[in-house]
Amino acid sequence: MAIARRELIGSMAAAGVASTLPITYARAQAKPKIRIGVLNDMSGPYRDITGMGSVACTQQALQDFGASNKGIEVEVIFGDHQNKPDVGAAIARQWYDQGVDMIVDVPTSSVALAVSAVARQKDKVFMDSGAGTSDLTGKLCNPNTVHVTYDTWMLAHATGAAMVKAGGITWFFITADYAFGHALQRDTSNFVIQAGGKVLGSVNTPFPGTTDFSSYLLQAQASGAKVIGLCNAGTDTINCIKQAHEFGVTKTARIAGLLVFISDIHALGLQIAQGLVLSGTFYWNLNPRTRAFSERVAPKMPGVRPGMAQAGCYAATLHYLKTVAAMGVVEAKRSGAETVARMKAMPMDDDVFGPGSIRADGRAVHPAYLFEVKKPEESKEPWDYYNVLAEIPANEAFRPINEGSCPLVHA
Amino acid sequence: MITILGVPGPLLFGQLLLGLINGAFYAMLSLGLSVIFGLLNIINFAHGALFMMGAFVAWMLLNYLGLGYWWALVLSPLIVGIFGLILERTLIKHLYKLDHLYGLLLTFGLALVIEGLFRNKYGSSGMPYQIPPELEGATNLGFMFLPNYRGWVVFAALIACLGTWLLIEKTKLGALLRAATENAPLVQAFGVNVPRLVTLTYAGGVALAAFAGVLAAPIYSVNPNMGSNFINTVFAVVVIGGMGSIMGSIVTGFSLGVIEGLTKVFYPQASETVIFVVMAIVLLARPAGLFGRTA
Repeated sequence: MAIARRELIGSMAAAGVASTLPITYARAQAKPKIRIGVLNDMSGPYRDITGMGSVACTQQALQDFGASNKGIEVEVIFGDHQNKPDVGAAIARQWYDQGVDMIVDVPTSSVALAVSAVARQKDKVFMDSGAGTSDLTGKLCNPNTVHVTYDTWMLAHATGAAMVKAGGITWFFITADYAFGHALQRDTSNFVIQAGGKVLGSVNTPFPGTTDFSSYLLQAQASGAKVIGLCNAGTDTINCIKQAHEFGVTKTARIAGLLVFISDIHALGLQIAQGLVLSGTFYWNLNPRTRAFSERVAPKMPGVRPGMAQAGCYAATLHYLKTVAAMGVVEAKRSGAETVARMKAMPMDDDVFGPGSIRADGRAVHPAYLFEVKKPEESKEPWDYYNVLAEIPANEAFRPINEGSCPLVHA
Repeated sequence: MITILGVPGPLLFGQLLLGLINGAFYAMLSLGLSVIFGLLNIINFAHGALFMMGAFVAWMLLNYLGLGYWWALVLSPLIVGIFGLILERTLIKHLYKLDHLYGLLLTFGLALVIEGLFRNKYGSSGMPYQIPPELEGATNLGFMFLPNYRGWVVFAALIACLGTWLLIEKTKLGALLRAATENAPLVQAFGVNVPRLVTLTYAGGVALAAFAGVLAAPIYSVNPNMGSNFINTVFAVVVIGGMGSIMGSIVTGFSLGVIEGLTKVFYPQASETVIFVVMAIVLLARPAGLFGRTA
């Protein structure tokens, strides 16, 4: 009896497998579909710089590319990694196993590095836009990862070197006490010193949890430095700038935000943020192309303008879809590394970053800009916040390829 | 220039004053928590979220109704207080007879829901709120540049704290409240409506949090997480002062602000931890807290 029952169960299971397998197979045969996963912070501190705005920009790329007209079926899904590497890696693994071909965005460096490793392991595509760490295309680079928009090297270089050139020769750093803050301070210090400037001191602030920066700002002011460099992000930066203004620190020193997004400026208001110097690769009101893109995506992002991390998702997705169209959906789904190799071989061109390319180490290169926040009376419309101080050409904006110690680069 | 332990005097005095300002927020928030815990036996984890609501209501009053800071200072605690009243009547009142843990779970859940709703509507980077024009500018104290608004915060906080203390310790209403805490059935037997007293106490504690929220709005960005940044420290303050002790909350609030301020000069990295180190030491030496009585 017992044996009979086991056989029965066994045959039922076998029948179950047999009956489901051919169906999925048949469905996959009929219409191979490209699946794109937007993975970012939907509920925490980086929600406004990525979040649903990144999803909107990704969908805009589908629309502008005209995927359906070209006979390519594309689906976009999204998820919240809560800024936790374990959560991010688990979602990435699950998505890739369920047929997601490309994951885009992923702010928070620690999560980005984890997802990059999963993409390599599963041989899928990972295009990062939201994270800062330059290790993604440095010593931890891999053939499945592309990094668009920005990185810590670019920010430190653009802001650090340009500020010294503009006369800000003495610096004091207020640094968030974790890997990202330290890396940013180290890189910026190097550029400041190279350009002939001097670092007078720095203070490490506990992260997360610091809300009052006034004592650090007073220490910075007491040092007599001409520039106070903020090696932090999000609410920390906002609070620093707000309190610097309140304590009159801005009267004696210039504030340089090393990582500032346009949503931060919006939260501060121009009255307080005016005069702040920052760098980035995209500003919605930069040129006719960026304006055209922002107008197109506006219905999907009511009341806000896209920031650079969100816009970067558009550029990344568009380039990915162009590559998929060139190599064929079936081929593109087969190997992530091969798709990335094809992406590197094709020049990039989109309304967000303009013409650009992806280097052998996975770094997408395009121009970067040094911005200054406008005075309230200079702003002509909502979100009209920046003046361009300098443009840094694509070949100078990012770390030289031979200095990143990326194993993919055979110098 | 005078130097104290290698730190220039003016910098040190500046930090002491800043510590006092932060202490003002700790004192106001821990006071509300203490009152609620003392009379309701509820560990109100939603306090930070209600503080945040106070700031947001001030922002809404300005942006939707055009009512400025001074109106907000009165209306926001009132509105959030009524919200607290509804919370108490509909949810919290069912938990008085149960273990503390249930109250903690409920209020923690409420905090997550409230913060989530605000984050969903207003995003995470926050909203700007300007300092009222009357309090703009700063006064040069010789050793530091004191923004007038910060001076006002310390003053307003002191008034609010002392007012609450007087209300509870020196008035008939306060006497009834304290009596109801000791023996509710007996006080009820004298014809006092104890459940109503308890509801009003909760609303009062919540209104105090909202008042602190309005004071904080021009200093920090008005964002959904502003309360959760504070709440852990504030709980430590309550524990150090002694759960349920009014004076304990006020004194420890201000003094821990000062201790934190000094740590920021000598070893900034530890400034978020120092309060918890103090808490551990106090718990070892005096488990009921500095001002608490052992039950």
